[in-house]
Amino acid sequence: MKYNSKMSGKSIASYIFLIFTSFVMVIPFIWMLSTAFKEPADVFKLPPQWIPRPVRLKNFQEVFQFLPFARMYLNSIIVSTTITFGHLLISSLAAFAFTRLDFPGRDIIFLMYLSLLMLPEEVTIIPRYIMMKNFGWIDKYQGLIVPLLLSVFGIFLLRQFFITLPKDLDDAAIVDGASWYRVYWQITLPLSKPVLSALAIFSFTGSWNNFLWPLIITNSDWMKTIPVGLAMFQDLYTIQWNQIMAASTIAVIPVLVVYILNQRFFTQGIVLTGLKE
Amino acid sequence: MKKRQIQKVIVGYSFLAPSLILVFTFILYPLVWSIYISLCDWPSFGTPTYIGFKNYINLFRDSRWWRSLVHSIYFMLNIPISILLAMLVAIIMNQSLKGIILFRTLYYLPVISPSIAVALVWALIYNTDFGILNYFLSLLGINGPKWLASTKWAMPAVILYSIWKGVGYNMVIYLAGLQGIPESLYEAAKIDGASSWTLFRYITLPMLSPTTFFLIIMGIIGGFRVFDVIYVMTHGGPGDATVTPLYYIYQQAFQWFRMGYASSIAWLLFVFIFSATLVQWYIRKSWVFGE
Repeated sequence: MKYNSKMSGKSIASYIFLIFTSFVMVIPFIWMLSTAFKEPADVFKLPPQWIPRPVRLKNFQEVFQFLPFARMYLNSIIVSTTITFGHLLISSLAAFAFTRLDFPGRDIIFLMYLSLLMLPEEVTIIPRYIMMKNFGWIDKYQGLIVPLLLSVFGIFLLRQFFITLPKDLDDAAIVDGASWYRVYWQITLPLSKPVLSALAIFSFTGSWNNFLWPLIITNSDWMKTIPVGLAMFQDLYTIQWNQIMAASTIAVIPVLVVYILNQRFFTQGIVLTGLKE
Repeated sequence: MKKRQIQKVIVGYSFLAPSLILVFTFILYPLVWSIYISLCDWPSFGTPTYIGFKNYINLFRDSRWWRSLVHSIYFMLNIPISILLAMLVAIIMNQSLKGIILFRTLYYLPVISPSIAVALVWALIYNTDFGILNYFLSLLGINGPKWLASTKWAMPAVILYSIWKGVGYNMVIYLAGLQGIPESLYEAAKIDGASSWTLFRYITLPMLSPTTFFLIIMGIIGGFRVFDVIYVMTHGGPGDATVTPLYYIYQQAFQWFRMGYASSIAWLLFVFIFSATLVQWYIRKSWVFGE
């Protein structure tokens, strides 16, 4: 242990601080859950009712009646999983080229990609929207998915990891007559499972939570994703807070599950991109 | 030999082809096009007419745009608060206490949650009459403000929400930074009889400065680009008290369909983001360790 026995008093204080602050972090979630199970009138009660009585499960059912929320859920799942697989494949191919292959133009292209990391989305969002209109991709899965298939961040993340893999294995395989495609598929990818998982989680949660692009690219309720649907709930004046909170709960659950099951990859991924090149 | 050279090129570019196609189609081509669009008058569903720099000239006289820029700078007040809080929490967590993973998870929950969902929760929390924030304040004998319904308090409400949403990210980055500080530095200083404050001031703080630099840059870029929370919690209101640049771009382009004007805002915003980053980059030498 790097700290001596004097620490015990200090560590009690630390725990109190951590418990208090993390409680503050969690209160909004508790409030969301509690409201999601309430009778409409109980939402306005003061002092606030933390444990709903009676418990109203119907809120969750009603969410699916106001809007085609089930369909939006399906849209979000389709869009997020496709984008995630796209990011994994396209980023790993590019990262492999940047770290394993040597060809003219490689470094210049990498520099160009790197500079794109700095480019904010809003500079290209208007022409991209017009492109989608010209392609006839408004209100279509293509429009929701294809423009977002590229993750410059993913390329950078995977490159950082691929650099650390020993090259001896590749060389041995090449000498034995394997192609670079085989090295990529059968050596590099299997060795990179942790970082691929990290990217998968970043990509999945990122596209599940994405709001601006699906907001502008969809017109019909039938093609909207969960965040856009949620934002629409607000404007329906028949809707009540208990139902909105039920809808929010449903929207939060998938990312929470993905995160809690995979959090070690999350942290690893952050450390990899963070700061240490 | 020549043939192998050609083959190398073919293999290399075959790996890069998918990303290159996407970069050219969805980033570089729109990038160049958007410069042209910003020089056009492009009304709702019409055809673009080239008007030179007129959009930019109008933009300089557009007080709503300048106000949106001021709002986003006001919003950046969340950066120092969030960074200080994150550093404090990370240092406390880094003391190899038990149960750290649980605390880290709790702190990170807001970061991964969909912003629209949690912003709606906060809209409920901020409610003047039955929101729990004003209830807690009333327990302390404070008569809470009208938050999102008040031009004065709407932005502080957005800032408070953003600190809650983002502090976990900063904290995780700081934890990674702390773990990169060699223990030997502390041991050497302790032998010399350094106090905890000295250790913090002369080892931890400078060794974390690259991390702090990174977080400030990310915070500034994020501050210029805040959108989701504005869309859900305030719609830029009340009045235009919380209109931010990206929200204004959204309004111009997708509510009022002025694509040309919206593009000129996007470019001017980009200039501001880029210069802010550049300024940070140049002044970093004065305070970032190892630069």
